[in-house]
Amino acid sequence: MKDLLGLSEPSAAEIEEILALGLAIKKKLKEGGAVSPVLKGKSVVTLFYENSTRTRCSFELAAKKLGADVINIAASSSSVQKGESLVDTGKTLDAMRHSFVIIRHPMGGAPKLLASTVRAHVVNAGDGMNEHPTQALLDMLTMKEHLGKLAGLRVAILGDIRHSRVAKSNLYGLGKSGAEVRMFAPGTLMPAGLKEMGAKICSSREEAVEGADVVMGLRIQLERQKAGNFPSLGEYARFYGINEEVMKRAKPGALIMHPGPVNRGVELTCGLIDGETSRIEDQVLSGVAVRMAVLRLLAKEGTV
Amino acid sequence: MIFKNADIVLKDGVIRGDLRIEDGRIAAIGTDFSGEALDCTGLTVFPGLIDMHVHLREPGFERKEDIESGSRAAVKGGFTQICCMPNTDPVTDNKVVVTYIKARAKEVGLCKVHPIGAITKGQKGEELSAIGGMKAAGAVALSEDGKSVLNTKLMASAMLYANDFGLKCLCHCEDPSLVDGGVVHEGYYSTRTGLKGSIRAAEDIMIAREICLAESLDLPVHICHVSTYSGVQLIREAKARGVKVTAETCPHYFTLTDEAIKDFDTNSKVNPPLREEKDRLAVLAGLKDGTIDCIVTDHAPHHRDDKHVEYDLAAFGISGLETSFALSYTALVGRKTCRKRREDDFSLVDLAEKMSLNPARILGLAGGAIEVGAPADLTIADLGAEWTIDPEKFVSKGKNTPFAGRSVFGKIRYTVVDGAIKYREE
Repeated sequence: MKDLLGLSEPSAAEIEEILALGLAIKKKLKEGGAVSPVLKGKSVVTLFYENSTRTRCSFELAAKKLGADVINIAASSSSVQKGESLVDTGKTLDAMRHSFVIIRHPMGGAPKLLASTVRAHVVNAGDGMNEHPTQALLDMLTMKEHLGKLAGLRVAILGDIRHSRVAKSNLYGLGKSGAEVRMFAPGTLMPAGLKEMGAKICSSREEAVEGADVVMGLRIQLERQKAGNFPSLGEYARFYGINEEVMKRAKPGALIMHPGPVNRGVELTCGLIDGETSRIEDQVLSGVAVRMAVLRLLAKEGTV
Repeated sequence: MIFKNADIVLKDGVIRGDLRIEDGRIAAIGTDFSGEALDCTGLTVFPGLIDMHVHLREPGFERKEDIESGSRAAVKGGFTQICCMPNTDPVTDNKVVVTYIKARAKEVGLCKVHPIGAITKGQKGEELSAIGGMKAAGAVALSEDGKSVLNTKLMASAMLYANDFGLKCLCHCEDPSLVDGGVVHEGYYSTRTGLKGSIRAAEDIMIAREICLAESLDLPVHICHVSTYSGVQLIREAKARGVKVTAETCPHYFTLTDEAIKDFDTNSKVNPPLREEKDRLAVLAGLKDGTIDCIVTDHAPHHRDDKHVEYDLAAFGISGLETSFALSYTALVGRKTCRKRREDDFSLVDLAEKMSLNPARILGLAGGAIEVGAPADLTIADLGAEWTIDPEKFVSKGKNTPFAGRSVFGKIRYTVVDGAIKYREE
């Protein structure tokens, strides 16, 4: 595998390999153990056309822990249209002999276009409404760590499914790993075709959460309200949010997850965010570990 | 000049025989003519193909195409007459631009080029453009091209005023508030790719509006590049109750579906977008039952750089002049040779209707049929020839096609305009 563009392409075995290495790395990180700097002398560029402190820092930390040099390029969204073309930017970065380009871009398919024009490994850090493979991998790693397996799990995903690259990458990855994915969203935020892609589309939050091992909320952005998708965040929380009452339908001890940043009291109640079964904070360390695993595997440095 | 031993596609059937051309007109149709002759054994002679929806990009966007390269692509594709859309720079909304296009086309001297004028000044949707002046200068129709005139009152005025000059409005149907930045059809593949989709209603609502206007005003209207099953049905129902509506579609709407977008190939980006299999089948059915009157290319050539970008940023459009005949023949007729009208599902006569006779009728152009006295505009094809579409061999500046590598039947051997051979296959 040269690039990680999404989870629609890798096989179940390749995903399993990333998760296994990621789990081993996370264990070491938790124990405070040193990880060998296998990427020493290599350089990693983070090329972000959208702001994302969380994801960029996670990748930067992952690369640095592996000994790589990291260069951060924050390109504004407007430069996508007005500045240098993505293909030309890729050629420039390639001429500098970077080993990796981590790209975040507001438009679906941009990492694929970049990957087709550069020699460097390209890692998709989120492209439009297409995919966010490392987010799904860190979600899956967190589930696997706490529940011991993925096959047979029931995972409920609720929120802005339409605009969510996270939901889709999770659907691909969890589906290939044998988990069941159930989804629920307001009609305005549910796209076509997810059933054909393997999701169980539910008609209520209760139905989605029924018997779930994991319940994941997706961020609701205020701009979606302005675009007429729902009347207010308060109404969203009341009719679509995940609360303690809804969680009674889930399996006892079901994990609460969220890709963050979370709107407290909107997608999830504060009690659930801060509760015992919440793994929202733990997802962050999973992110560093799984990104280290991805970088190592792409560089063919797969052993711990 | 005599074209000998050809299968000649007439209005009511196909005959084998000879065509005698004199002074740029068809002088006689028969057999065993003697004189200077071109042997057409094994070839089929169609009435010169007419494409009533192309973009020549000149003036303003010569990097993408110009009148010369576009004309070369046209005659290579078998077209003897083409109508060019007004989204030039400056916009074709006055007699000066119309006159310029006609003069350039005459200098180039390959096919007949008929300008289409913008409905509103600058295509801004605010005031009527200089419709009478453009007609006097040679415009053959009006179109807002690439968008609908959103103000319905203004659209009604345009239809009424244009009718005074014998011009029809060719309507691109799109409700921009529903499209809302969508670049593909909304469905499984838009979700799969994460590309923003637009639903059929974005096209259908405007088709319905134009039909309502035509019906209320009892005026003709022409619907551009129909792509939805529901749009086909709206037109079918309108025709059944006598509304003067005509319609066109493009080869990509009856040969491709939105599956073509799945790997972000920007050559699949076109407006209206490629839709689903049921739409493709409905467009085919619409062609066969007469709901859709003609096949156009919507030839939209682009520079490589305009397509070698993120899908969202890529230009809409397909370079279609050099593939339209073969794609249409292969999809609709296949390898059958149809000597009698209606003997088969879709005959060569039907194909000639969609690609020549009906466009001529809709726009009132001379030509469209092989008959004594008509202009000797002829398209001569080898229907048995199989070939592979290779954009690098296009003479159009636009190499943007989603059909690269596709195998098709039907190769243009000669294109004849007013009796002169303007294209001869090398």
